[in-house]
Amino acid sequence: MTQAQLARGTSPLLAVRDVSVVFGGIIALNGVSFDMHKGQILGLIGPNGAGKTTLFNCLSRLYQPSSGDILLDGVSILSRPPHRIAEIGIGRTFQNVALFPNLSVMDNVRVGAHSKTSSDIISDSLRLAWVRRSETSVNKKVHEILAYLDLEDVAHTIVSGLPFGTQKRVELARALAADPKILLLDEPAGGLNHEEVYVLGALIRRIRDERHMTVLLVEHHMGLVMSIADHVVALNFGKKLAEGTPAQVQADPDVIKAYLGSKDQ
Amino acid sequence: MSAAEEVVAEGHQAVEAVPKRAMTLGTGTSLVVLAALLVVPMFVKNFIIFQMTMLLIYGLAVLALNILTGGSGQFSLGQSAFYAVGAYTSAVLMEHANVNYALTIPISAAICFGFGYLFGKPALRLSGVYLALATFALATAMPQLLKLNFLEHWTGGVQGLVVTKPDAPFGLPMSQDMWLYYFTLAVTIAIYIFSVNLLRSRSGRAFMAIRDNEIAASSMGVNVALYKTLAFGVSAGITGVAGSLGAIAVQFVAPDSYTITLAISLFLGMVVGGVGWLPGSFVGAAFIIFVPNMAESISKGLSGAVFGVLLFLVIYLVPHGARQVAVLGQQLVGKLRKN
Repeated sequence: MTQAQLARGTSPLLAVRDVSVVFGGIIALNGVSFDMHKGQILGLIGPNGAGKTTLFNCLSRLYQPSSGDILLDGVSILSRPPHRIAEIGIGRTFQNVALFPNLSVMDNVRVGAHSKTSSDIISDSLRLAWVRRSETSVNKKVHEILAYLDLEDVAHTIVSGLPFGTQKRVELARALAADPKILLLDEPAGGLNHEEVYVLGALIRRIRDERHMTVLLVEHHMGLVMSIADHVVALNFGKKLAEGTPAQVQADPDVIKAYLGSKDQ
Repeated sequence: MSAAEEVVAEGHQAVEAVPKRAMTLGTGTSLVVLAALLVVPMFVKNFIIFQMTMLLIYGLAVLALNILTGGSGQFSLGQSAFYAVGAYTSAVLMEHANVNYALTIPISAAICFGFGYLFGKPALRLSGVYLALATFALATAMPQLLKLNFLEHWTGGVQGLVVTKPDAPFGLPMSQDMWLYYFTLAVTIAIYIFSVNLLRSRSGRAFMAIRDNEIAASSMGVNVALYKTLAFGVSAGITGVAGSLGAIAVQFVAPDSYTITLAISLFLGMVVGGVGWLPGSFVGAAFIIFVPNMAESISKGLSGAVFGVLLFLVIYLVPHGARQVAVLGQQLVGKLRKN
């Protein structure tokens, strides 16, 4: 209830506040701020080395910002270790697919539900009744997601043998298994062909609408971002260059300059 | 052969990984093996029964290493240290405190779990060959620690301790060796079932997720540090149980029984059995118990060299160990059925 109210009010679901990241002497991010509202698909764009993935890794707590703050529902996430990010509702996929290659599709997705369940090694070894119940409900959930993403045929296949496009879908399924509030997608269109990118775009919208998620999309593929994002943030050299609707950002002279170079120079 | 290689040769990482479904035997095979383990001792001499007991004990120790390496992807050359702690826990409790032998087993499981868990903490910072080196150091230090003067009253120092072999309870008409065999078999079956359950559970998936990709595991909410240390704890606990049973079966503990040689033997057993394949642990155990004897019967003076050649043959012909043989067997049966 409170979340619906929040969404209608002014407070953002996720707030990036003045985040800077410095590696040695290199400033990877320099005072970046933006808000994400519930139900949005926010596209984060920028040329190579603009700091997109750095920001992404701050959100999933793999990097610690040198300054600034990141708030989820108004609470800072920066004191949380990386493994305690999934439980507050931030799920992610990786740029170059980071699945568990020797596990089956089903097991990969089951690991996705890790943060939603609990167990201990003694109860697990003895397969106590409550562990069995929890496994049954996890399996039900996993089957539902596999059906949703059309992965049921490969449920018991080891992922390392699957085609790249399918692996990307498995990664998405794994992220969905934790029912995240925010889904972070790192270049989901990378390595996909034209047709697959189109299907992916429709899928991301469907996930947003049907599973009520907010999506942060880091993407090189301009066509995809411009067609499905509600709001776009453009980065260049670690700084925010422009922000607004896809049309506004596309028309922004600084963005055009960053991508195409300027005529005068 | 090429088909079998395709099936098993997919892993390229340092740790060969086994798909979870392939970690155990089918129900039919399990029942046949179980029946054989129950019936055979009734028809053989005491010495063979003793050897079968040792097979189960070393099998447990290899299984423990398999959970650590095949499950969570961490190496250990220090399993002999955990085995020693288990053995001495039982020996000291039985001989100094008159504790019943069966009771000493859960105690040494708990102590070794704690020891392994604590060792796993600093080992978290290490991986791959560096972790192997740290565990190697543990294995090297353990015999000397057991000889320390101020522990001598309890451990018997260099002399070690003699352990009394238990009689069959309730006046059962069986020899001490046979009773101990069935007792060990019961413990082994229980631990085997618990291990299979564990690896198939949420915790087991967390182990394997860490083995395959630590960063992704962490992003999914898996506490990598916790599960890595837990894997060490579980492995050490099971090794401790094997050590306890070993002390009771051999009726003697001494520091020099638990040197790095034992740790390397267990490692060898794991590789020969097939890393990550739990039933292979017992095949690997059979290899490390019987093949040295075979080598000696072939040539007394050159037994080491003969053993080396035999080992080389195994590695060359079936690099994935007993697991590969099982896969080949399965395919053969499948073909025969089709014809």
